[in-house]
Amino acid sequence: MNTDKTSPTDLGKPHAAPVDAPPAADAASTVVDPRLLVREQGLTGYIGEFKRKVRAGDLGALPVIVGLVIICIVFQSLNSNFLTAGNLSDISVAMVGTGMIAVGIVFVLLLGEIDLSVGSVSGVAGASFAVLSILHGVPEWLALLLAILSGTVAGAIHGFIFARIGVPAFAVTLAGLLFWNGFMLKILGENGTINTNGSGVFYNLSNYFFSDVAVAYGAAVVAVAVYFLSAFFDSRRREAAGVPSRPLNEIVLRTALLAVVAFAAAYMFNQYKGLPLAVVIFLAVLIVTDFVLRRTSYGRKIFALGGSVEASRRAGINIVLVRTSVFAISGTFAAVGGLFIASKISAANQGAGSGELLMNAIAAAVIGGTSLFGGRGRTWNALLGVLVIVSIQYGLALEGVAAAVQQMITGGVLLITVIIDAVTRKTQKSAGRA
Amino acid sequence: MVHVSATPVLALRGVSKRFGAVQALTDVELEVHAGEVVALVGDNGAGKSTLVKTIAGVHPIDDGVIEWEGKAVQIGKPHDAQSLGIATVYQDLALCDNIDVVGNLYLGRELKKRGVLDEVEMERRSRELLTTLSIRIPSVRIPIASLSGGQRQTVAIARSMLGEPKLVILDEPTAALGVEQTAQVLDLVERLRERGHAVVLISHNMADVKAVADKVAVLRLGRNNGVFDVKTTSQEEIISAITGATDNAVTRRAARNAEAQK
Ligand SMILES: Nc1ncnc2c1ncn2[C@@H]1O[C@H](COP(=O)(O)OP(=O)(O)OP(=O)(O)O)[C@@H](O)[C@H]1O
Ligand SMILES: [Mg+2]
Repeated sequence: MNTDKTSPTDLGKPHAAPVDAPPAADAASTVVDPRLLVREQGLTGYIGEFKRKVRAGDLGALPVIVGLVIICIVFQSLNSNFLTAGNLSDISVAMVGTGMIAVGIVFVLLLGEIDLSVGSVSGVAGASFAVLSILHGVPEWLALLLAILSGTVAGAIHGFIFARIGVPAFAVTLAGLLFWNGFMLKILGENGTINTNGSGVFYNLSNYFFSDVAVAYGAAVVAVAVYFLSAFFDSRRREAAGVPSRPLNEIVLRTALLAVVAFAAAYMFNQYKGLPLAVVIFLAVLIVTDFVLRRTSYGRKIFALGGSVEASRRAGINIVLVRTSVFAISGTFAAVGGLFIASKISAANQGAGSGELLMNAIAAAVIGGTSLFGGRGRTWNALLGVLVIVSIQYGLALEGVAAAVQQMITGGVLLITVIIDAVTRKTQKSAGRA
Repeated sequence: MVHVSATPVLALRGVSKRFGAVQALTDVELEVHAGEVVALVGDNGAGKSTLVKTIAGVHPIDDGVIEWEGKAVQIGKPHDAQSLGIATVYQDLALCDNIDVVGNLYLGRELKKRGVLDEVEMERRSRELLTTLSIRIPSVRIPIASLSGGQRQTVAIARSMLGEPKLVILDEPTAALGVEQTAQVLDLVERLRERGHAVVLISHNMADVKAVADKVAVLRLGRNNGVFDVKTTSQEEIISAITGATDNAVTRRAARNAEAQK
């Protein structure tokens, strides 16, 4: 059992009001179970809770954050250019393409499934955009929209075949991987590479920076303020409803942590070209997808399916619809990622979407802390994971290490992560939190 | 005695269900009235769980008619049963291990406020419900995986109470429970009857059945094998209906014991 043994006398202490347990007042009628999870209020309680979670294998983002710190220390000590604003800004922009794809992968992993087609689908999106806008003169906005839709449709097809006909997702999307890569080569045609314009919306996706320093700082201020206010009012509502709420000092602590990270990032971007548009879009996507997953009933259905398909069926969840839509979402984000990648090199070419892109996207989702076993994860995991992968790539590139070794090291990191995932799952089982 | 209405809340007329080569149910009849607890008994594999699942819409019936408050209805999917007012606690509990207690209680019928999950209200009502059912669990915000088997059972039962159902079906609700929790569940069943709900209770435990049921319906090899009034029927009669003969392992054992005592 995952419980702290808190002796009943602890309940009597004035500062140790039970937070997660029913108020001791009804102890008159029902004897309070001494094993109930009781959290002390304030910072000590917070640290206690944290320790309890770590012991129970609920590591959350901890391993990957520790990993990122180690990566920074190692590469900075090898080459003092690693932690410069220029390099960090480059890493931030370069990670967006893979990161977007990884967001879609997180959705699919939450179902406990896998989508192997995302690399090829991302290639199709880049190629469709280039063909439509450069060869056929379709307006840029429309071409972008159609390119993204191509991913949605491809994903929906995979999802439908998986959900309706019952072909394993792994097999359907493997077929998709081959098919869509061929499709991309076909529409790119003879010469194989289409260069895109050096200006316009598409170009700006990966190349626009808000050079006004006020934008980055403004964004940081807004983020911190919105976070604090929403946490504060949520806690007030909970208090009013008489359910356990987060104490104010914990909210302040969390806000302060966010503020440090947000302003450090803003400062760093402003030392170079300013806040990159790509990063703004990526963060917006993370905020929206996190909201959808955790605050809407659609998101709840995805988690439910990842936990137990049978329970979901009996709860009246439309399984075919949810599964199909999740693969459509995965395809959509694959297309969006493909557009960012093509925008970065200002071209759609035959190599797009192949090679290590697929593996990096899946690795990013998993390294970030999304479980391969379904039902556990957040889209923020994609950000952390892709930061790890791209930082390693850039750090090794600074050292002049060959791509072959880069791949080996990324593979090693992924292996460590899945081992952590499997081990945490075991610990969680024994701690009753599988 | 609680008033029992004339038209049954639920009536099954000649219901049959096949799984491939297995004829799980054949021409089964069952009537349940409001304010009545009907115990459904039968040996392992008799088809009790299958019958429950046909009523709950998990396995649509092949043949026969299901009547709800006197009218024939189609129950093709779980949602149909839910919207009629049928709540089911399955033998295999079907909770999501990765989702917390509140999330599981409200799974498939989340409370929303402007399109967003209303977690605060769900949590408040969950605590209220668990308190009224005097169900004790460590926290409503821990994943189901952290709960013991009995605690899960109580969560599953609580889940069935949420929508103020007219008919509650409990498939072996006390099988995994300790002495006190069993008594609590039986109390719960009685409270449901007092509130005018109809209850179908599946159990292998004759003591439980005798304690709370008004009627006992016996299934044997997928067919009806008699409906008995609990007050006027002896346990031996019910057991012989379950096993299908007056000469069976249970009676032989009883006879042996009786002889041994002489
Ligand atoms: N999904 C299924 N597919 C095929 N056969 C099934 C299925 N579910 C049940 N059966 C068969 O139907 C028959 C009745 O099973 P059921 O689970 O209803 O028994 P039960 O009365 O609930 O038994 P128990 O007391 O062991 O729970 C059994 O022969 C079983 O093998
Ligand atoms: Mg059964």
